[in-house]
Amino acid sequence: MKLNIKWALLTMIITISTVLTACEPLLVLDPKGPQAKTQADDIMLSIWLMSAIVIVVLAILVFVLIKYRASKQSDDYEPPHIEGSLLVEAICIGIPVIIVIFLSVISIDSNFKVESTPEGYEDQEPLIVYASSSNWKWHFSYPEENIETVNYLYIPAGRAIEFKLYSYGPITSFWIPQLGGQKYAMADMVTTLHLAADAPGEFMGRNANFSGAGFAKNIFDVTAMTQTEFDEWVTEVHETADPITEDKFEELLEPGHLGRSTYTGTHLEFSPAPEHNHGSTDSEVEESEHENHDPTSAVEEMEHTNH
Amino acid sequence: MEFFKQFAVPHPSFLIYGAMVSIGLAMLAIVVGITYFKKWGYLWREWITTVDHKRIGIMYLLTALLMLFRGGVDAIMMRYQLSMPENTFLDSQHYNEVFTTHGIVMILFMAMPFITFFFNYLIPLQIGARDVAFPRLNALSFWLFFMGMGLFNLSFIIGGSPDAGWTSYFPLANNEFSPTVGTNYYMIAIQIAGIGTLISGINFITTILKMRAPGMSLMKMPMFTWSAFIANVIVVFAFPVLTVLLAMGTMDRLFGTNFFTTDNGGMDMLWANLFWVWGHPEVYILILPAFGLYSEIISTFARRNLYGYKSMVASMVVISVFSFIVWTHHFFTMGQGALTNSIFSITTMAIAIPTGVKIFNWLFTLWKGKIVFTTPMLYSVLFIPLFTLGGVTGVMLAMSAADYQYHNTMFLVAHFHNVIIPGVVYAMIAGLTFYWPKMFGFMLNERIGKWTAWIMSIGFLLSFMPMYITGLDGQARRMSTYSEAAGFSMLNMVSFVGAGIMAISFVLLVYNIYYSIRYASRDIGSDPWDARSLEWATHTPVPEYNFAVIPEVASTQAFWDTKKNGHELFKGKIEKIHMPNNSGWPFIMACFFFVFGFAMVFSIWPVVIVTLIGILVCMAYRSFEKDHGRYISVKEIEETEAKLRGAKK
Repeated sequence: MKLNIKWALLTMIITISTVLTACEPLLVLDPKGPQAKTQADDIMLSIWLMSAIVIVVLAILVFVLIKYRASKQSDDYEPPHIEGSLLVEAICIGIPVIIVIFLSVISIDSNFKVESTPEGYEDQEPLIVYASSSNWKWHFSYPEENIETVNYLYIPAGRAIEFKLYSYGPITSFWIPQLGGQKYAMADMVTTLHLAADAPGEFMGRNANFSGAGFAKNIFDVTAMTQTEFDEWVTEVHETADPITEDKFEELLEPGHLGRSTYTGTHLEFSPAPEHNHGSTDSEVEESEHENHDPTSAVEEMEHTNH
Repeated sequence: MEFFKQFAVPHPSFLIYGAMVSIGLAMLAIVVGITYFKKWGYLWREWITTVDHKRIGIMYLLTALLMLFRGGVDAIMMRYQLSMPENTFLDSQHYNEVFTTHGIVMILFMAMPFITFFFNYLIPLQIGARDVAFPRLNALSFWLFFMGMGLFNLSFIIGGSPDAGWTSYFPLANNEFSPTVGTNYYMIAIQIAGIGTLISGINFITTILKMRAPGMSLMKMPMFTWSAFIANVIVVFAFPVLTVLLAMGTMDRLFGTNFFTTDNGGMDMLWANLFWVWGHPEVYILILPAFGLYSEIISTFARRNLYGYKSMVASMVVISVFSFIVWTHHFFTMGQGALTNSIFSITTMAIAIPTGVKIFNWLFTLWKGKIVFTTPMLYSVLFIPLFTLGGVTGVMLAMSAADYQYHNTMFLVAHFHNVIIPGVVYAMIAGLTFYWPKMFGFMLNERIGKWTAWIMSIGFLLSFMPMYITGLDGQARRMSTYSEAAGFSMLNMVSFVGAGIMAISFVLLVYNIYYSIRYASRDIGSDPWDARSLEWATHTPVPEYNFAVIPEVASTQAFWDTKKNGHELFKGKIEKIHMPNNSGWPFIMACFFFVFGFAMVFSIWPVVIVTLIGILVCMAYRSFEKDHGRYISVKEIEETEAKLRGAKK
């Protein structure tokens, strides 16, 4: 029976590690950007280290169970009374302390890496994208390009992207596993997530934080392309897409699922990200201002600044 | 009409109607059965009004087993829903209700009463006391917990279940996004049960500090009592946070306050923070008593004293302190920055150190032992590697940068089930099997018991190992369905099969109880396992006064010393024993709480006011009541003792 445990666990560990390293890589362990790479490296390192710990514990357990089981011992064997030994216990504390210190150093280093502009892309100005969620959609606003998309995200590869995240409803979590880990989007503040894609490609993106009935399908497509292709796309959008209006945006915010759509202008104009709101009075003033505002003139203004 | 509409379940389905009918029929059968066998009086005298810690413990046990069944059905439904892509067995709203209630039921209404059962049954016996410090308060604790449990389960058939997750994060849990009364039930039912838990926390701390047998200094207490003491200290520090949190949540939902709203100065992150300030210590409230039980069982069946008693105690104290300074690791992704994340990353990893000390101490207890493989021991031996696996994945999660990838995924779900099932659930079943003869006078069948343990472990591995992999492949938790293109259909199917195998093991557990009631020998004496601590020094069944003479203790394993080293446990002579009287007031007061809670859920204010007055009247009555208890005469004790001693042979 003791052998069963040993084999069950060994097979399990072997299966897990083969699956993790074998032909079809898991999303998280198949990074396509520097942030995801940092995280995947941390994960693999900790898997190996932790497997070693599990194996050591298992080996000691199997050894004592085989050696000291009652059926192998004489009837008159009386186990001794042992209080404990300072040396043994110091070792049992010392080794884990060393492991924890080692992992802490790596963890701290990685924390500062994933919270700043991705390594290797510091020389360029990052592209700023506002990603906001509503039940159960994602709205992507490109203030510099003056474009807004729903449920799909085009980004230039080889350039740092700085996502500004917030929500028009419950807390959500913006996650593109192959580019990097997630971060919360909340209604009363803006959070920042630094990502970058090393090469063009298509990725899955989703809301990872439970947000009600439509949560499972709260997903979006990510396409990374060359800077030239990205610029072409921006020009094309400006030629073909309709401008986003306050009414149109209100309609988009209604709970439900939507396909992809594209607009010129951004909703940041009339419904700014929470960091611009300092208390309720400010937003009321802004709202009343916008009531008299002609939406088309806003787009014209923005286009002027673009030229 | 409007008034009655709110009581209807908002998303009815065939399953819910079916469950309603079967619950109704079962209730009817119970009422008819009790009436037919004329057991109402017996029930009232012997159980509902009892203040005996052993009987209250058994009532906690029955509730826990009932809730284990309910939570288990929820689990199977979830696994079945996810076993195939685009499955339509449950729609998303139902799925949300099912995982919400699964979480709450398993943690608060299964695991909590299960450990409270052990607290109740074992603490007084292990410290050589005749009851807990405040027996009537103990009854009140149980009935408040029971009514909270009842109210919560009522949501299923009246008004609709909560659906915002067991964490119930705002603003999702606010009226705008959760318009049904489900989340009101969450706020109020858990509040009532939580008050019960807080009261019993105070009760057990007092019991352990003030009522230990002569000679039993703190460092001579059995390890389970130590773990129970520390767990209850955590209860007293952590549960007030829950009380305040739920009160604020209730006010936001019912009275329009703005604690957790996203405008008017509210702060939704405050809920997440306060929830986990309670929620993380809560995890240790569950696991520490489980560690205590394993310590008792491993040392009993290794036939050796527990290795490193002092470091065991020290590690639990360190864990209890650390449990309060790690809560932020539940939301590393909230955007609090690299520095904050680094600090909480280190504190979280540091918890692995005292936990590792405990694992090694158990291994060294087996060292030079004479290991007997009984069912409780088998669970403990399976616990060590499986829990280690859950523990090391916890260290992986603690690395905050990597946690951005694990957070909210099945990897996390696999991790916490990997610590809770081998950690807490195995301990509960091992402890139940171990103490079964003490409670009921016969042993559970060893053969069926061992099969159960093995089948449960295979089912466990099949259910939860695939989740580690699908989590890393991008499967978020709480997703009600996924597309075939996602590519984790196969592993989810394996998981469902595993859940089915676990269900079989629980059926075997129930069958074992039935089988043993019918066929097990009743002639087992009072110490069938050759155990070591005080609870085995009294008769089986335990007389209501526990010990005819209060024992005198000189070591951590007093009963073992009596058997092997000639220590004299019972030195005094029998004197009359002072015992508390039964009382119906805790039950009546808890009934007021139940109606009060129900009226709060549906905002029926006149009833709220009347029941609130009822609660205050009960408290006032108790304050002025003169009840000095009763005495059991020496003659009566001698008769009982003679009878029990005879039964032993």
